Amino acid sequence: MNTHAHAEEAHAGASVGTNLAIWVGLVGITGLEVFLAYKQLQPSIMLSILVVLSVVKAAMIMSYFMHLKFEKFSLVLWLVPSMIFCICMMFIFFFPEAFRLLQMRPH
Amino acid sequence: MLEVKNDVALDSAWNGGKSPFAIGSKKLGMWLFIVSDTLTFSALLIAYSYSRITNPDWPRPFPIYPAIAFSTTMTVVLLASSLTMVMAVMAAQRNDRKKTVMWMVATMIGGLLFTGLHLTEWLNMITKEHFTITGNPEGTPLFGAVFFGITGLHMTHVMIGVIYLGIVAVGYGRGKFSAEDVEVNGLYWHFVDLVWMFVFPLIYLMSVKY
Repeated sequence: MNTHAHAEEAHAGASVGTNLAIWVGLVGITGLEVFLAYKQLQPSIMLSILVVLSVVKAAMIMSYFMHLKFEKFSLVLWLVPSMIFCICMMFIFFFPEAFRLLQMRPH
Repeated sequence: MLEVKNDVALDSAWNGGKSPFAIGSKKLGMWLFIVSDTLTFSALLIAYSYSRITNPDWPRPFPIYPAIAFSTTMTVVLLASSLTMVMAVMAAQRNDRKKTVMWMVATMIGGLLFTGLHLTEWLNMITKEHFTITGNPEGTPLFGAVFFGITGLHMTHVMIGVIYLGIVAVGYGRGKFSAEDVEVNGLYWHFVDLVWMFVFPLIYLMSVKY
């Protein structure tokens, strides 16, 4: 398949209905997040759930709204793992440091 | 120097004849910018996490009503503007210039509305609740720097996005820009939306006042 054909395929994208469903899903997850905040969960549980939901929302936006699902897989492989690796490197010392700092807090 | 005589030479990947990702250079450039900007926001949010965990007296200034209800409205407005941007890109791919411009203007209105709501919230926090970038009435003064720094950088991105949308909408309407330009503009706008999907829960929902 030549470049032009790849580009045509990449431009196919999702239908209006699919994009609308994704949007409703995003608003729904936002509503769920606000509901969880209202329920006064323990901060560590709340944080874990919120981060997971945010990653799900980010994946939905990148896949459908930003068309990454419809691009060549080589582009996804080039962009996403490198980005995740860099973020993980920034976060690598967070958890041991976080536990140490929590233990140092005055009780 | 390579002489290109036929399509075989053009198609050779080693001679630069093939686009490895099957996208144009503008789109590739925008993706690279998005990756770099993701790392900027990640660094800020990680710095926020460190600040948060080192300060037991971190303020919780956002009651469910009106602060969280207000910021939830801002989130829905930004999400709605992302949907109108999707419609603009789809219209541009159909070569429907009129509808593309119309959806882009709708996206700009969403962006302006978000900025207006955000500035209202800021003004309320500064004038009525006395939160500033260097201090606040309760808890660690670091809160102001983190809150205004992260949300301010995001708001700057939204405002730049609105200007960018205006330029591309005018250019596309006059036939000077292509559908690819609209799509690249869309990537930027969705990225701004994506960043807010992390800022909203981590900054607002983790600091709810009960």
